[in-house]
Parts: sequence; structure tokens; C-alpha cells
Amino acid sequence: MTFNLISFAVLLLIGFGFGQASERRHYRSIKKREEQLAGLAAIASKHPPVDRQYQQYLVCGNVVVASDYFKSFLASLVNILGGRVKSFESLLDRGRREALLRLKEQALQQQATAVFNVKYETVRVGGRVTTIEVLAYGTALVPQSN
Amino acid sequence: MIITNLEYIPGYTIVSHIGLVQGSSVRSKHAGRDMMAGIKSIFGGELLGYTELLHESREEAVERLQQQAQSIGADAVLNVRFSTSSITSGAAEIFVYGTAVKVNQE
Repeated sequence: MTFNLISFAVLLLIGFGFGQASERRHYRSIKKREEQLAGLAAIASKHPPVDRQYQQYLVCGNVVVASDYFKSFLASLVNILGGRVKSFESLLDRGRREALLRLKEQALQQQATAVFNVKYETVRVGGRVTTIEVLAYGTALVPQSN
Repeated sequence: MIITNLEYIPGYTIVSHIGLVQGSSVRSKHAGRDMMAGIKSIFGGELLGYTELLHESREEAVERLQQQAQSIGADAVLNVRFSTSSITSGAAEIFVYGTAVKVNQE
């Protein structure tokens, strides 16, 4: 019994320490790369201008992120009373932004000037701890000079 | 072969509509990766092994879509969509589908 409690407390602490640190690190890197890639427009419109021809590439970015032990515990507490589960909101936010960044990086490799019809997809990928996959995909357009 | 999730291709006209084409891929992660991911999920953060697995799986699905489109004589696949479903906790199916068409450059 005491052993169980101790191991639970240790797992919580580990989850809290490492989880918070990795989230902060991730947000820093996201913000930095978002600034670098701000010049490339990724938009949800389905209708690119038809006045010229483009090379088109289907590009996608995906990421699998897991919540940590501490966040999952917090979420299970909120679950009792209901309400906003902030710890998971930030997890999903990180996943979406990361996926979009990877999409943009891929589009930039093809020298695209814009990505049209960007769509998101979110799936829960099993496991006891909440783990999600976010996919962002769209059509990268490279204008052709003619 | 042009694969796009737009509904038309600027500079091209659609001459004939062939039909729906699809590609799918079911993959599971091997036990070693699964265990590492289990440990990693105490700490939180990205599970690189899964990210790569799903990425490869998606590429394979798109390749199959392309093969199918080629085999029925299409030049382009429009309005491509992805769909992912986790079948069990160990495996995921990636499904990709779109409309195969023949196009002419204007």
C-alpha cells in the first residue's frame, strides 16, 4: 500500500517535472519556427487564383504527442466535476501547431509560395496515457514562369 | 500524375471523370517501439517512433492510390482526403481517397 502510494507520487513528480520542461521547450521551438515560416501562407481556401499554372504537391506534416503522467492525472480529476481540461488543450494546441510547421517545412523544400486547402485531422492512438496524432495536409503550389 | 486536394487544377481542364480511387495501409508498431513509447508517455512529449511509422504508412497509402489511378488511366487525382482510424491500441489504418480524372493542359 505505502509502496503503491510512493510509486504513484514518484510518477506524478517525474511527469510534472519532465512534462512541464518538455512542454516549455516545445513551445519555445514552435514560436521560433513559426516566426521563421510566417512568410509562407497556409490557407484553408480551396480556390487558388487561376491566372497562371502551378506545379502542385500534396504535402503533409504529422506528429504524435503524448501527455505525461501528471497531466493525465489532472485530467482524470477534472473529469469528475467536468469542465475545461486545460492540460489537454495545450497538448492538442502543440500538436496542431507542430503539424502545420512540418507541413510548411515540406512545402518550402519544394519551393512553394503557398499551401492551399489545409486540413487537419486528429486521431487518438491507443495506449493508457492519452496519445494523439495530428495530421495537417494541403496542396503546395509552385508558380510556373510562363 | 498530379495528386492534389484541390477541386480543380489551374491551367488544366478536366476532360473526363473516371471514378473514386483509394489506397490504404494498416501498420502496427513492433513491441520494442511500443514499450519505449509506454515509458516515454510517463514523461510526455513527442513519440518519434509513432510519428515516423504513421508517416511511412501514409506515404505507402498515397503510393497505392497513385498505382490504382495509373492502372485505370488517370492523369490526376483531385480532392484527395486522408482518414486515419486506430483499429486497436497497436495498429492504425491510414486510408486515402480521391477522384481520378483525365485532364488536358489549356
